[in-house]
Amino acid sequence: MKTKLKLVLLVPLIAFVTGCASLGVEPWERDLLAKDEMSLNASPVDSALDDHIYFSKEASSGGKSFGGGGCGCN
Amino acid sequence: MTDKNEKNNIKAALTLATTALLGCNNLAQAETAQKDTWEFDAAVLFYSEEDRVSAGEAIFSATKTFENDEIFNLKVTVDVLTGASANGAVAQPSVQTFTRPSGEGQYDIKAADTPLDDTFRDTRLQFNGQWTQLVADNLTASGGVHVSKEYDYLSLGLNGNLAVDFDRKNSTFSAGFSYFQDTFSPEGGIPKPLTSMLIGDNDAATWDDDFAQTRLGSEDDKTTADILLGFTQVINRRMLMQFNYSHSTVDGLLTDPFKVVSIVNSNGVSQNNIYESRPDSRVQQSLYLQSMYHFDRIVLDVSYRYMWDDWELDSHTIDTRFRIPMGDSFGKGSYLQPHIRFYQQSAAKFYRPFLVEDKALPAFASADYRIGEMTALTVGLKYGILINDGNELAFRLEYYHQTPTDAGFEDIGVLNDVDLYPSIDVTIAQVTYSF
Repeated sequence: MKTKLKLVLLVPLIAFVTGCASLGVEPWERDLLAKDEMSLNASPVDSALDDHIYFSKEASSGGKSFGGGGCGCN
Repeated sequence: MTDKNEKNNIKAALTLATTALLGCNNLAQAETAQKDTWEFDAAVLFYSEEDRVSAGEAIFSATKTFENDEIFNLKVTVDVLTGASANGAVAQPSVQTFTRPSGEGQYDIKAADTPLDDTFRDTRLQFNGQWTQLVADNLTASGGVHVSKEYDYLSLGLNGNLAVDFDRKNSTFSAGFSYFQDTFSPEGGIPKPLTSMLIGDNDAATWDDDFAQTRLGSEDDKTTADILLGFTQVINRRMLMQFNYSHSTVDGLLTDPFKVVSIVNSNGVSQNNIYESRPDSRVQQSLYLQSMYHFDRIVLDVSYRYMWDDWELDSHTIDTRFRIPMGDSFGKGSYLQPHIRFYQQSAAKFYRPFLVEDKALPAFASADYRIGEMTALTVGLKYGILINDGNELAFRLEYYHQTPTDAGFEDIGVLNDVDLYPSIDVTIAQVTYSF
């Protein structure tokens, strides 16, 4: 189960890394990608607050950014 | 769209892929900042668990982008926490008495109620500083520090990241590390794992000595070393993807000094409470996949994380946001952003909701529901609007529901009549102003 899941995630990654030539855009095609809301972390303050909550209440942390320590949350 | 935003977009168009630098939350936003200006975010959040913990948290974040594209971010966080937290013991059909973690005073829990220790009060002050700059063509470096202090907890951290862009900045590889050194000095000290909680007359002459016998010392440490590898790819004009792999090694005090495990007899009646015991190391890994997609108007942000560790605990997290522009009739630049998050975790191998007397004690045991089997659902809605020449004011309301579940432990005797896996309801409200 775990191995399959990892494969499901890794296969597309490898596919991208090895280069599908058609991927990507020219600089003048970035009108949509350049919008603030297309940023991978469009609301960093929300993310910081959410990370603190879920770090305190669940057994998983990080993934998107560092999980880290930082509080003795109860 | 304002002139300010148009300028931002030009800048962002040239450097979008570098936002893939990992571990520094401020960077993505800062990339679109105008040069030689300060930008600020201020947020206040209220967190309320039904019948349990309440917390208030405020963040002030200041980002300076210099003429030469260097970016400095300083973030100050204050939070205040009060209320009750489950101590790990099982509910019982009769009143139970527990000693407070400090050893000073005791508290009673009514029949059938989940034992909660209501003495949690803490104030935390946290500082984060992050510096980011281009160090060569297509190579961006970032470094940061973290200091967090609570009454009984000190956390010091460092992080560093490198990101390299290639293929017209359509692809970015990044590698980062972070290291935290935490010191926990709870009032009453660190209990000896698997020793019995002392119950009795805490005014008695022998109480202090007897209580001290249950303690290891006044404080203990924990270190966390994280490695984060990432790859970001622009797929096409509308779509961006990110893949991360993280590896986290935690060493030191992982046992929660405030948690106990009930020891029950063959009829499920609690005989004793012992302090929990966890291994002193944990290796956690995760794979993370995120995709942003721009439809004609709506922006979809969806992510999936699979995490596993050497405690045999694994989890799945799916997080989805839709940003829906509302048109200026609902306020200039206004948008609505529904949010759904689903989380599911399995239990750690040493999770035990209770232990049965006359059986050998395991080396490790914890009844903390947060490392037990559970599912959780978050639903939320955010509304944002531009005011005062492009500054954003946003309101966010979320509901978070945790459902701990039975991982296959057989309830015995009276434990069949009480709720061993109570669910938890949380309301979260937040106001953010960016200027």
